[in-house]
Amino acid sequence: MTKTIATTAPTQTKTSSNVLSVLAAGILGLGIITVAGHVQAATLHDAAHDVRHTTGFPCH
Amino acid sequence: MTCVTQPASPATKLMFQKIAVSALIAGFGAGLVAALLQFVFVQPLLLHAELFEIDPHTALDLVTVPRGPFDVAREALNIVFSALIYTGYAFVLLAAMVWAEDRGEPISPRAGILWGIAGFITMHMAPAFGLAPDMPGLNGADVEARQIWWYGTVACTGIALWLIAFGQNWAMWGAAIVLLAAPHLIGAPMPDTLTQAAPPELAASFAARTLGVALAVWSTLGLLLGSVWHSKLAEG
Repeated sequence: MTKTIATTAPTQTKTSSNVLSVLAAGILGLGIITVAGHVQAATLHDAAHDVRHTTGFPCH
Repeated sequence: MTCVTQPASPATKLMFQKIAVSALIAGFGAGLVAALLQFVFVQPLLLHAELFEIDPHTALDLVTVPRGPFDVAREALNIVFSALIYTGYAFVLLAAMVWAEDRGEPISPRAGILWGIAGFITMHMAPAFGLAPDMPGLNGADVEARQIWWYGTVACTGIALWLIAFGQNWAMWGAAIVLLAAPHLIGAPMPDTLTQAAPPELAASFAARTLGVALAVWSTLGLLLGSVWHSKLAEG
């Protein structure tokens, strides 16, 4: 027999829904900056080379 | 037995959508401004510096860069990555702005410019205080060590500026001063030798212009975020 348990979250207030959204947005933004500005994989480095220098990231 | 977890609430999805749409519009717009300013003011110095990387002796005779064929693919990639990086900045900056708005600091175009300047200090000025923006041909310490220092400095400076703006007592402001100073008292990783192919005149101009462009674009980014947030555009 398959039993399904649905976890019911309490009604979320405006602020708590904002906290999740803000955290998700912050993490997404840092992820984009890391991939575009810092990851040293050769193809990515070569493609982003000029912008990494002109934006002041440690490039190579 | 199957466990079903509750999906994100409609309110959360709506708020994230609003943040994402605003950040994408403002970030892409600021990225295009960055690409244009860098193309006009910074890219010529970078191309000049590359000549010294290839052959320092020949390059010394050239005061300006000989105009080669326009590299369409290279410039297109520069536009793409400028837009991408400033979109990343836009997500982080808007996350902080929304967090503050929930605590009584309204988002507006004027406030957005201040937020943009704070972003510039956090992500550009503070790291550049230890690691000056370097053009090709300059000597640097191990790149991983510099990246670790970069992240540490950005984190310390971001928290410090938040404490200065929203702190309510001297303990918080004191902590901010310690956080601002710590990365620079520890010191950024420096190379063992300071030999370099490119002349210092070019390197100094490159660092100054990089920071000038960044301040202009971060202010634009904050202004755009502050303007888009309460407009119909942000509703998607």
